[in-house]
Amino acid sequence: MSENVKFVQGNEACAEAALYAGLDFYAGYPITPSSEITEYLAYHLPQIGGKFLQMEDEIASLCAIIGASLTGRKVMTATSGPGFSLMQEALGYAIMAEIPCVIVDVQRGGPSTGLPTHGSQADVNQARWGTHGDHAIIALTASNHQDVFSITVEAFNLAETYRTPVILLLDELVAHMRERLVIPEPGKIPLVDRLKTSVKEGVDYHPYLPREDGRLPMSDFGGVHRFNVTGLFHDMWGFPSSEPSIVHGLLRHLVDKLENRAHQLACYKEYYTEDAEQLLLSYGSSARSALHTVENRRKRGERLGLLELQTLWPFPEDIVREKCAGMKSVIVVEQNMGQVLQAVKLAVDEPAKVFLANRIDGVFITPADILNILRLIQGKGV
Amino acid sequence: MEKCRVVFSGSGGQGVITAAIILAEAAVLFENLNAVQSQSYGAEARGGATRSDIIISDSAIHYPKVIQPNVLVCLTQDAYNKFYQVIRPGGLLIADTRYVKTGKKVDAQQKEIAMFETIMDRIGKPIAFNICMLGVVISLTELVKPESIMKVLERRIPADFLDMNRTALDIGIKLGEAALT
Repeated sequence: MSENVKFVQGNEACAEAALYAGLDFYAGYPITPSSEITEYLAYHLPQIGGKFLQMEDEIASLCAIIGASLTGRKVMTATSGPGFSLMQEALGYAIMAEIPCVIVDVQRGGPSTGLPTHGSQADVNQARWGTHGDHAIIALTASNHQDVFSITVEAFNLAETYRTPVILLLDELVAHMRERLVIPEPGKIPLVDRLKTSVKEGVDYHPYLPREDGRLPMSDFGGVHRFNVTGLFHDMWGFPSSEPSIVHGLLRHLVDKLENRAHQLACYKEYYTEDAEQLLLSYGSSARSALHTVENRRKRGERLGLLELQTLWPFPEDIVREKCAGMKSVIVVEQNMGQVLQAVKLAVDEPAKVFLANRIDGVFITPADILNILRLIQGKGV
Repeated sequence: MEKCRVVFSGSGGQGVITAAIILAEAAVLFENLNAVQSQSYGAEARGGATRSDIIISDSAIHYPKVIQPNVLVCLTQDAYNKFYQVIRPGGLLIADTRYVKTGKKVDAQQKEIAMFETIMDRIGKPIAFNICMLGVVISLTELVKPESIMKVLERRIPADFLDMNRTALDIGIKLGEAALT
């Protein structure tokens, strides 16, 4: 047995991946079903010289990692819906001030404290629009432990590349179930490190002056440069400004830097799509049931395929439009009342052919649930 | 191998979830098989019947829950009453004689085995009851080798308790072999 092979929960896969990606500061407040991430890092992070803080709540958790990120650390926090609600104010701040950080939301049933120990995928739109004001966001998800690992590393890489918070939307089923995880050798997955300014000490540093490629080199806060960081609209120095051209330029920059790269940011997997007549479109734990269904129906000669999204925001609309084109029907499989369904309907050429297969009662959606919807759509009854 | 779906059920504290993790971990780490393990978690897991699902296969496993187990272990009457109907027809149902009185109408091979009583008789404490149950399961199903279970135990439990667990596993294997005939 190789030491790299592990049998772990999805939460542990996420925590392991964070360490692989170079996490060196974590602050969190435990909440089911994300607690194992905090627990794992409380034990392991200090052993490699990182800092672990248990905070008094989720507001403080996100604020702590934002501060640490500004000083040059790679940072993460993990929570679930109720804690993610509390983080929305600081999330907006991190978007506005362009501070790299990774926020894991292991989804459970909501609203409010909802269903603490049961799965859900109902925070998809919260990840997109939970914080106020026009903005763009990256939200990623995965359906199995190997993918949880790689997408977590990707979350850190994107946060550093685009100077943005990245939301990792896991869910209870994947977080708590155990399966095989192979930890990649160091270097196997490329890591993106902080782009630091080359401006020397004593020379003026402009924290919000983009290079020609649009990226903003950072200087560790508290280091050799003095600069201002604010949630107000700000100029290239970081000082508040309500000058219309500055407000306009900054907001456009914040949105465009992600939305204009939606195609590049799109991570997805496809199964049996080459000759498919009907397409399941799913993500996270639901994609496991969807793939099970596809493989079973293929054995019976049905031309069913699966598109599994790993990037939910910015929504990969070009890819979804392309993959759904010409299908007799598209069935979105998710555990909410149709949050990704709406985005798919907006993306495709024929929204009337898009249907929902869902479950909202805390029970993990079964292949039988999906099959019943397929039969209904095909006019066969349940 | 065929995909094997297993459910361990009993009451909180009997170690059914731990046993499920050990079995699945043995399959993944030492038999190069795929396995997934999950448990019902939350209000319905308090008192009454506790349940853990395991699927073991040499191919990929997507849907991770068990709907119809090939192998069902019931360590309490509550668990038996709640779950016996879901067993796959012709499957293997293992019940402990101390706590479970089985019914006759079940379409499965039912093995009533005195796991608890034998453990109390030979070891005197119930703490390795779940490992004895694992011994019975692997001897009746050959899902994983006993050495693979022991390798997992060596990684998971203090050295002072290894001998007792090894004894409990052997007791279980013998009970399983006796039940085969």
